[in-house]
Amino acid sequence: MHLPFELGGLAQGQAASGAPVEGAVVAIIGLPLAGFLLNGALAILRPRAKAIVSVIGPAVLLASFAVSVMLFREMAALWHTSPNVTPVVTLWPWLPVGALNVPFAFQVDQLSMVMLLVVTGVGSLIHLFSVGYMRADEGYARYFAYLNLFVMFMLVLVLGASFPMMFIGWEGVGLCSYLLIGFWFTEQANADAGKKAFVMNRIGDFGFLVAMMLIWRAFGSLNFIDVFSRAPAVLPAGGALVTAITLFLFLGCTGKSAQIPLYTWLPDAMAGPTPVSALIHAATMVTAGVYLIARANVLFALAPVSQLVVAGIGALTALFAATIALRQYDIKKVLAYSTVSQLGYMFLGVGTGAISTGMFHLVTHAFFKALLFLGSGSVIHAMHHAYEASHRHEDAQDMRNMGGLAQYMPWTTGLMVVATLAIAGVPPLSGFFSKDEILAVAFGRGGTEPLFRLYWAMATVAALLTAYYMARLIAMTFFGENRTGTESARHLHEAPWIMTGPLLVLGILSIVGGALNVPAFAQDFLTPARLEFWLQPVTAAGADIATRLGTAAHTPEGTTETALLLLAIVIAVGGLVLGWATTLRARILPARDSSPDRGFWKVLYRKYYVDELYDRYVVQPLVRFSRTVLWRTVDQGVIDGGLVNGSARLSRAVGWIGSRLQTGQVGLYVVLFLVGALYILGTVAWP
Amino acid sequence: MALIGPSLAVSAILFVIGVFGVLLRRNAIVLFMCVELMLNAVNLTFVALSTVYGLAGQVFVFFVMTVAAAEAAVGLAIIIAIFRHHKSVDLQNINLLRG
Repeated sequence: MHLPFELGGLAQGQAASGAPVEGAVVAIIGLPLAGFLLNGALAILRPRAKAIVSVIGPAVLLASFAVSVMLFREMAALWHTSPNVTPVVTLWPWLPVGALNVPFAFQVDQLSMVMLLVVTGVGSLIHLFSVGYMRADEGYARYFAYLNLFVMFMLVLVLGASFPMMFIGWEGVGLCSYLLIGFWFTEQANADAGKKAFVMNRIGDFGFLVAMMLIWRAFGSLNFIDVFSRAPAVLPAGGALVTAITLFLFLGCTGKSAQIPLYTWLPDAMAGPTPVSALIHAATMVTAGVYLIARANVLFALAPVSQLVVAGIGALTALFAATIALRQYDIKKVLAYSTVSQLGYMFLGVGTGAISTGMFHLVTHAFFKALLFLGSGSVIHAMHHAYEASHRHEDAQDMRNMGGLAQYMPWTTGLMVVATLAIAGVPPLSGFFSKDEILAVAFGRGGTEPLFRLYWAMATVAALLTAYYMARLIAMTFFGENRTGTESARHLHEAPWIMTGPLLVLGILSIVGGALNVPAFAQDFLTPARLEFWLQPVTAAGADIATRLGTAAHTPEGTTETALLLLAIVIAVGGLVLGWATTLRARILPARDSSPDRGFWKVLYRKYYVDELYDRYVVQPLVRFSRTVLWRTVDQGVIDGGLVNGSARLSRAVGWIGSRLQTGQVGLYVVLFLVGALYILGTVAWP
Repeated sequence: MALIGPSLAVSAILFVIGVFGVLLRRNAIVLFMCVELMLNAVNLTFVALSTVYGLAGQVFVFFVMTVAAAEAAVGLAIIIAIFRHHKSVDLQNINLLRG
């Protein structure tokens, strides 16, 4: 009886036969789930047991990442010979209702593999950072429980093999986002921010649901492989149905990925802990919309109008959010609007039909934006401690209170500068390649569809603004003279290694991440390990349709390419220099002493008053409508008055009539009895 | 055999007298006696018809008499209780169960 050995042998045998995918997928998703259950139990039973939480929380993610890497190596070897193999792991039948049959299944293809590695990889680093950042917090175990749960749902989202499976993850990450935004729920503002995020996402989810129902009507199936393989035959290209489906899907994306008009929740979501902002609201969850469009690229290729809308909203959001970021003082708010703006780039990328460009920017953005958020977390951590140690109550996130932090935090400063160069698009850092690719394909599609030239121009201006506000952020935070106050500045210090370590890894990734998708011109002196080729099995069907429709994305070549390239570099460097110079030259006062902005700066500072407009024209009318019509009329009038009290009144009236018969006079009873008896006798005798 | 017709006639008359008594009189005791009258009219019918249909009718008469005796005991007890309470057995005044 050598049971362990036999089991081990069995597992190896399965690995050889190609069935290890099932075990790997179950492990990848199951580990964070186990982490959630353990940490959740600890949060309830032993809230003070922090050491074990520090081990479990990051360990499950690191293990999940390790399994993902192993799966990646295995699948890469398999796809090298047969790229179109897509293993589907069906765990159990889930929704066998009538003709609808949705199994609880996961699918591993090249696209989900990219997301898998990003989510578990960046997620692991952020979990490690959280150990240092959240250590002193009361809800430490609860925090890690939520974070693990989030990763679990995110993995369901990217691995799901059907729209409903993806929707489970889609809703689950929304729930975790809500829980983590309102993590410090004792403050009303944080709880409100969580609620806002939830409600905004519900509006988007409505679109996703409608799209799913339309797909079900058209295809009779919701499984990805079914739908996408039959789409060109079932849906006429450019038809109303496919346009409606894709636009409703995109409505879901605008909610989840914070695009106009549903973006307002993301800046407010910064109320949560900073590592949460890095993981959920920058690197992973908010990119789910981009992933959805990449996943459904066949449908979007069939609907050129939807592509125009997606790219247009993307370009508009990129520009719009970038202008707001110019005049924010909260370091996290700048990064939040920057995220909204960069997500706009991704949508511009996938909107052109060149899916790999959007996905490429998604990956590099996950690196440098996670780095920026974690770096800002490290800054906030230091500021917070400095103010706490000197017993002062100032805003630890306001950049006007910072300045000159470079001398106290050399590592954070250096890595933040790297991330800034990356996001601004300075070659040869990752952001340069990914952003340039998007601008190039947008320009290229402008050849057949002039509207894309406009989008390209908007995105180019946004690139300039990006470089400007990022340089402003760096200059205000780390350079110039210190405005923290001499008393507090003594307590400023670099973060512990558990926080700077993940920053360092992300910094390296931000620098070399561009190598993932080296553009054609640079392939002479770099290995052509192109993400574009890697994703081809997923994107090929959509690209074929686009070629047939004449909407294929082309990157410009020759002198145009060189000119675009030079323009991108000039814009990046110019924006950085401009932002750097103007910020350092300006006299900045600490937040307490500074006067409010005037003119257009004030409009930018107040975010174009969009929140106020929404409040005035959507929220308030809705509240009024709910109060007068739904509450006073429908609830109190119809339901309470008509149904609840009405039925009581009716039975009382019937009872009153019945009670009139009860006179208490025996004689009358006898008469009635006699009449009744005679009647019955009569019906018996003369039926 | 020849007596069936007159017997049924007598019992019918007795029954109708009983019914009218119940309907028209107000005194609880009289009412009670009218009820007994109706019961006995039915008994007479049973006995008369048993000559044709067999002895089952006569057996039923015993059942009816038993029930009538029990009913008389309970009924009279109630009437006495009412009388103690109201100092009267006039049903016109007894309408406590009015709805």
